[in-house]
Amino acid sequence: MEHGVSNALVVRGLHVSRSETPVLRGIDLDIAPGEICALMGASGAGKSTVLRAAVALQPFNAGSITLGDVSLVPGALPPESRLKALRRNVGMVFQAHALFEHLSALENVTLGPVHALGWAREKADVVAVRLLTELGVAHRASALPRQLSGGEAQRVAIARALACDPGLLLMDEPTSALDPARREALGETLRALTRNGRSLLIATHDVDFARTFADRVLMLSDGRIVD
Amino acid sequence: MVALLLRRSYFVRMRVLLLLAAMALSSCSAPPKATPVAKDFRWGGDAEGGAPFVEADPADPAKVRGFDVEIAGMIAKGLGRRPTFVQVAWASIEQSVERGDFDVGMSGLEDRPELRARHAVTIPYFEFREVLAVRIADSARFHTLADLARRRVGTLGATQAYQLLLDEKARTGLEPVSYDDDVHPYSDLVAGRVDAVLLDHIIAERSLRRVGGFVIVRAPVATGHYVAVFAHDRTALRDSANAILLARMHDGTLETTLRAWNVWDDTQAAYFARATRAVAPSATEGAASPRSVAAYLPGLLRAAVVSLALSVLAMALAVMIGALIAAGRVYGSNVVRVALTAYVEIIRGTPVLLQLFVLYYGLSSIIRLPAFAAAVLGLGLNYAAYESEIYRAALEAIARPQLEAARTLGLSELQILRLIRGPQALRLALAPMTNDFVALIKDSSLVSVITVVELTKETAIYATNVGSWVVPGLLCGAIYLAMSLPLSRFARRLERTWSMA
Repeated sequence: MEHGVSNALVVRGLHVSRSETPVLRGIDLDIAPGEICALMGASGAGKSTVLRAAVALQPFNAGSITLGDVSLVPGALPPESRLKALRRNVGMVFQAHALFEHLSALENVTLGPVHALGWAREKADVVAVRLLTELGVAHRASALPRQLSGGEAQRVAIARALACDPGLLLMDEPTSALDPARREALGETLRALTRNGRSLLIATHDVDFARTFADRVLMLSDGRIVD
Repeated sequence: MVALLLRRSYFVRMRVLLLLAAMALSSCSAPPKATPVAKDFRWGGDAEGGAPFVEADPADPAKVRGFDVEIAGMIAKGLGRRPTFVQVAWASIEQSVERGDFDVGMSGLEDRPELRARHAVTIPYFEFREVLAVRIADSARFHTLADLARRRVGTLGATQAYQLLLDEKARTGLEPVSYDDDVHPYSDLVAGRVDAVLLDHIIAERSLRRVGGFVIVRAPVATGHYVAVFAHDRTALRDSANAILLARMHDGTLETTLRAWNVWDDTQAAYFARATRAVAPSATEGAASPRSVAAYLPGLLRAAVVSLALSVLAMALAVMIGALIAAGRVYGSNVVRVALTAYVEIIRGTPVLLQLFVLYYGLSSIIRLPAFAAAVLGLGLNYAAYESEIYRAALEAIARPQLEAARTLGLSELQILRLIRGPQALRLALAPMTNDFVALIKDSSLVSVITVVELTKETAIYATNVGSWVVPGLLCGAIYLAMSLPLSRFARRLERTWSMA
């Protein structure tokens, strides 16, 4: 599916404080369709906070976040019903993958389409197998998360985040547990994912990876984006 | 007949079970006898039985008074020794006298063949009547046990009256209801939970004065005798006691004492006349051998089914309510959390025995639950508190990133609970739940206090009938193990299979 021409993510003046301490002090960010954007910065600079705010896991104090046709406003997180549309537009891959321990790789991927979107299981299975094949882990479809290697688990987590076909994929420190060869392979995979117009926002402190695979690199320091 | 208020029967039972090992040992070697040199005449009784048998003296609670106390004093005096009272739980008197804890046991002990087969028993010193008590409104229609076919009749468990009711059950379908104390049968009679009570006339008359609201049927159902019990090898001492008792019947001292305690009537006069005329004591030694294991086993197995059914139903209730409490404590508002936490703490901080009493007797003016239902509800509500803690811990053990990942997929909180959190928590909870179920099977023995006859209660009745806890205790233990061991193994297997690193 081709994704739209308007920007996948627009962030304006984003402020986030945690127990009175400012974490983000006015972030502006635009991600174009098909773009891979790397968000860099030292540990604790607030990279993850940007991602969590964009996927409505983290409330923010001021500013706005727009994903496709859905906007988030400051204050408490909106109710479940209003988040459904937002969560169709964005997928997230967590640093430790956060796979559902009691479900097989395939079931991890089909859970969202079947239960959030109401797809028939057969249709969800077809899509999931296609995704796992593209990511090179189809042979592990019936394995439980604890039986997967770190690289395999990451690919299953990517497949899970893409199962509902979001226009934007957020990734938190995707290279932290990968050796150089696998890092290379991941970069190629991510490039392939943007071919149909999907955008990627990657929080990382891996300079080489960012420079090699990202279209644009942003530095986060002291709660602001610097050049 | 038991004249005892066994309010602490659960603890009594525990103590008795602890005695098992000692009993088994003592059956291998000669039991130690701790008496002859002392000038003291040690007699054992249970002051919980209350007046007129044995009670703590209101003027000096360190002392006891009652007609049993005075008769023990007469025997001691006749032997030229000083009486010393030893407090002993009523259900343990027979075991304790054989162990040598005291010289003689007296506390409204019923004369019965099993007792004579196992111990040296005196001639009876009192004749009592087993009398029926019925509600005033029923006094015109219930006169005999036969009138009470298919009706509920209460009495103390493990007594001659209970045996009479069991025999009647086989004939007319009368439903015996066993109590652990002699107060609640009468309050339940007035409340309509039972249709009659069968107990000794002394207890019936005492309850009539205290509780009221019922009448005692004039014609007795049966008669019985109170006796004193010595260890089986102390027949010489027993014979001396018999001579003393006969002498006190002759000289009127015994009559004076019984009159002083308001228990003298024409029946006693007639009995004393018979007893003092007779050359030999009225009862015969070793009249009947204890019924065999085969005779009691079906009853024990039926009681085991009651225990198991009770445990399964209570556990089902505990699981349902426990899951709701856990969900409320994890997801609910502050008010809900505080209320549920208070419930859990109150239930866990008070004895289940107290909760059963409150549920069955305390609330009987508001809601009159049948005993079995009250037992299921009481144990279920109690275990729900413990189960809820297991579920809460299990729910909170599921890693937060998994829950966040599920949220980013667009699942609702309810879906997350149903699809992600619940199934994983259940795996964590299953082993501790199974352990709790094993504990519940054993705790189900507590419900005998609200008249449910389950495995432990049936065993106590059996043990009293045969005068020993060895065989009944071993059988009962074996049945509990047969129920709990497979479950414990199942729990261990679950733990191994589902242990998630």
